[in-house]
Amino acid sequence: MNAPTDQDLIGFVVHEARLIDQHRFEEWLALFADDGHYWMPLEWGQTDPRLATSLMYEDKLLLQIRIERLKGNRTFSQKPKSRCHHVLQVPQIDKRDEAANEYVTWTPMHYVETRLDEQDLYAAWATHTLALVDGKIKIKLKRVDLVNCDAALRSIQLFM
Amino acid sequence: MSKYNGNAAAVRELVRETEVHRDVYVDQEVFELEMGHLFANTWIYVGHDSQVPNAGDYYGTTIGMQPILMVRHSDGVVHVLYNRCPHKGTRITIDTCGNAGKFFRCPYHAWSFKTDGSLLAIPLRKGYENTGLEESIAVKGIAPVRYVKNYRGFVFAKMSDVGPNFEDYFGESLSTIDNMVDRSPAGRLEVAGGVLRYMHNCNWKMLVENLTDTCHPMVAHESSAGTAIEVWKRMAPGSNKKPPAVEIYAPFMSSYEFFEKMGIRIWRNGHGHTGVHHSIHSDYSAIPDYFDKMVAAYGVARAKAILDENRHNTSYFPNFTVKGPIQSIRLFKPLAPDRTLAESWTFRLVDAPDALLERTLTYNRLVNAPTSIVGHDDLEVYERAQEGLHVDANPWVNIQRLYDPAEVEQETAVMNGTSEWQMRNQFRAWSKFMTMSI
Repeated sequence: MNAPTDQDLIGFVVHEARLIDQHRFEEWLALFADDGHYWMPLEWGQTDPRLATSLMYEDKLLLQIRIERLKGNRTFSQKPKSRCHHVLQVPQIDKRDEAANEYVTWTPMHYVETRLDEQDLYAAWATHTLALVDGKIKIKLKRVDLVNCDAALRSIQLFM
Repeated sequence: MSKYNGNAAAVRELVRETEVHRDVYVDQEVFELEMGHLFANTWIYVGHDSQVPNAGDYYGTTIGMQPILMVRHSDGVVHVLYNRCPHKGTRITIDTCGNAGKFFRCPYHAWSFKTDGSLLAIPLRKGYENTGLEESIAVKGIAPVRYVKNYRGFVFAKMSDVGPNFEDYFGESLSTIDNMVDRSPAGRLEVAGGVLRYMHNCNWKMLVENLTDTCHPMVAHESSAGTAIEVWKRMAPGSNKKPPAVEIYAPFMSSYEFFEKMGIRIWRNGHGHTGVHHSIHSDYSAIPDYFDKMVAAYGVARAKAILDENRHNTSYFPNFTVKGPIQSIRLFKPLAPDRTLAESWTFRLVDAPDALLERTLTYNRLVNAPTSIVGHDDLEVYERAQEGLHVDANPWVNIQRLYDPAEVEQETAVMNGTSEWQMRNQFRAWSKFMTMSI
């Protein structure tokens, strides 16, 4: 692939959410670059994932552990399994830097996670930092900022 | 008709030597008695004084169900006040923390108060002339919590006149806080990182008990810690050097024998800790430069003694727990019989390398967050217990493991790490502090 078009980037972000909603987690994880991270800050406007606490700051190893745990035979918090649902605004292209191979999109979204009789609605902004790796778009960083990041939260077991 | 209110005998009957009645977890009246008696007669952790470093700084929290304000007065002393305007009841502050300046000003009628709570001014005061205001409760200002103790930065308070003084209440158990503070080369801690707040639909005591329950990790956390080990072995075959996250997860899968030998120590008044001889925190990688800084501060022998202590979880009865080697604390705030807010706080060891804080925050995120897979494991079993306890066929919860009738006479002891003595210790204290003022 040459430099991705805006439509390629938009299509990528929309497809990524679809893979989560359809529980196609192995395909989803393959969208991350080897050094990719999934980050969910705890603080409003947080800039540091290292010396400030985050809700999640996970590399591919940790994400792989999560995905395998979700289908584990003794994963009691997933018996029955959670389900989730994304509603995305059209992703906006915040940055295209072909020379640096860096593309940033910004996507306001609503996310629903449900299990048994409980259903939780979250509002968030997803910021994707993307790059071309071997001709394919990959996630270097997916940052999810919850509107209520510092609220007392219930379990969030899947991925926003 | 009330079953437990004003009936100390009925409350005592809820706790047997090796069983407790499910009403301690599910009954609304028992919960209200806990708020009125247990949380009034015991010393409750309020906050850390590094949260209010400057005069006028305040921090809002709760003791039991009571809104509380911790504030640094102009003389440097930390005061603990009931967060209520003495006039109409308005909460003085609603945000978690901030700076009041020289005084608090109620947003409703602008009554103002010094930061020690005393009344400063009332607008249009002449309206109270000859009304006897000076005899009222209102004129006394924002009411202070009666007993407050700042122990090495940890601020505790006790609301009622009943119950022991601070030193008698905690006794030797303060050695855990001492050890956590001593781990700083400067002998000081600062709250850092941010607080994780996780809502649980279960009774607050289930969370406390779980922290000295050493027979659950290899079962309940097989899904998270067990999977972590498997994935790591597959992705890095033959590697001995665990990544930080695996180093944190893996010890949860330690054997029963490991936990038996780890040991538990109990103290009077319901306090106790797991990890007497070693713990799941014993084998973490060394952080470069940290030991050297400790030696420079304390000398080799003392530095080693401080760092050789690897207590796992210390329970400060009733609802506060400390993890010294990780520099984290947890506070289980009761909201209803079946609703608890779990707060997990972390500290920076002043003058220690940043890498220590990074590990502390990683641990907190991986284990205590609402997004933590270990947290998901625990919450699931607590909430299943909260539901299962409604079965009428058996209203008793068993806490019998390694019970010895002679233990009742012992105020402190060290025992096999899989004993449920600490749970029994907590419930003996529960019965004592509940009924002390009923």
